[in-house]
Amino acid sequence: MSTVRIPPVLRESVGGSRSLAAQGTTVDEVLADLFANYPALRDRVSQDGQLSPFVNVYVNEGDVRYRDGLGTAVGPDDTVILLPAMAGGAR
Amino acid sequence: MPPATQFREVSAAEALELAASGWRILDVREQVEWNEGHIPSATLLPLADVPSRIAEVVPDRETPLLVHCAVGARSLRASAWLIQNGYTNVASLKASLLDWRRLGGAWEAPEQLLTPAQLRRYSRQVLIPEIGQAGQRKLLDAKVLLIGAGGLGSPVALYLGASGIGTIGLVDDDVVDESNLQRQVLHASDRVGMSKTESARITLNGLNPETRVVEHRERLGAENVGRLIADYDVIVDGTDNFDTRYLLNDAAVKLRKPVIHGSIYRWDGQVTTFVPFEGPCYRCMYPTQPPPELAPACDVAGVLGVLPGIAGLLQANEVFKLILGVGETLAGRLLMFDAMSTEFSEVRIWRDPACPACGEGSIQ
Repeated sequence: MSTVRIPPVLRESVGGSRSLAAQGTTVDEVLADLFANYPALRDRVSQDGQLSPFVNVYVNEGDVRYRDGLGTAVGPDDTVILLPAMAGGAR
Repeated sequence: MPPATQFREVSAAEALELAASGWRILDVREQVEWNEGHIPSATLLPLADVPSRIAEVVPDRETPLLVHCAVGARSLRASAWLIQNGYTNVASLKASLLDWRRLGGAWEAPEQLLTPAQLRRYSRQVLIPEIGQAGQRKLLDAKVLLIGAGGLGSPVALYLGASGIGTIGLVDDDVVDESNLQRQVLHASDRVGMSKTESARITLNGLNPETRVVEHRERLGAENVGRLIADYDVIVDGTDNFDTRYLLNDAAVKLRKPVIHGSIYRWDGQVTTFVPFEGPCYRCMYPTQPPPELAPACDVAGVLGVLPGIAGLLQANEVFKLILGVGETLAGRLLMFDAMSTEFSEVRIWRDPACPACGEGSIQ
């Protein structure tokens, strides 16, 4: 099982968890496993059945956009990071 | 001839003669003293390094050596050690270096870049080898613009001002609210209702009267962004919404201004540095703007008081490195801080060749 890190803005969709274990050998499979257990998370980060473009996905420290996208391989010791932009600052 | 067992102590006048006749001059003071002025033909070898490095600096033990420090104490110890360790021809200057200079001895001093008051105020920074007087001068000449004089802007402004960043611009059209004070340490209870930029100026000039604080009491928008950032060397982004962040990014790329990005949410913070055309920009990292519900501001989501302090000081640290031109910045790395578990982690961010702001299709 790989580990998926849930960013703060998405934690409410997964009952407050900071990280979750999920099965799969690619990013796609890992996310499908995760979404099966947490449909609210899928609704939050998907558009028309696709992962929304404003959510960055990293396997360990590498952005999957510069690897094989959602087909990027995920090993059991890898960490998948979902990372939408965070805006908070001044006010 | 048996090796010498004594060294000579010489006056400044005698030392001048020895130097004129070709004696090698060894300065056993510290690097920082050397930096303030030294005999041009001397070699620096601080007293503590004499035993370990003398063989490399002066391999021939018969070389005539004139040893000096500031007033004659350290040179005495160095000379005694040299004689005990086989150096045969050693003289120690027993006078002050001021005497040497008074008699017309050669002297090289750096141009005074700081006033005596500045040297006192910034002495702990000037001592750092990577800063020195030249680095402190760069900080004093630097102009840094802070977008937002709130949570992130507070620690950034306080430390930049204290450290001697010469000009700090503040863009904020807001007034101080009681609910700001839990984290916005630039402001104060008796300034609720006052413009944030004015409150910031009072605090910053109280800490450092020399800081030039420029108040821009306006909200960053498409019509003013270019004018606001044009005169500054580095921009610190502590805004609270995506529209402003994308707007700032595009203008900063166009004008080639580095932007130090910081954002916070409850227990989490993110910091990175965007240096146009050298590293990725904000659009490379997030090509598509998220919907507003994924970007709740602090007044909706809440934020731990120390969080902007931590993220803001990491931003300030980036400012110093950019201005001084030292170290490694966060360009190409997104640093994430989790206050709940006290963990730092980072991911790589890449320049996107297809980036609409800084990619191959843009005008460089």
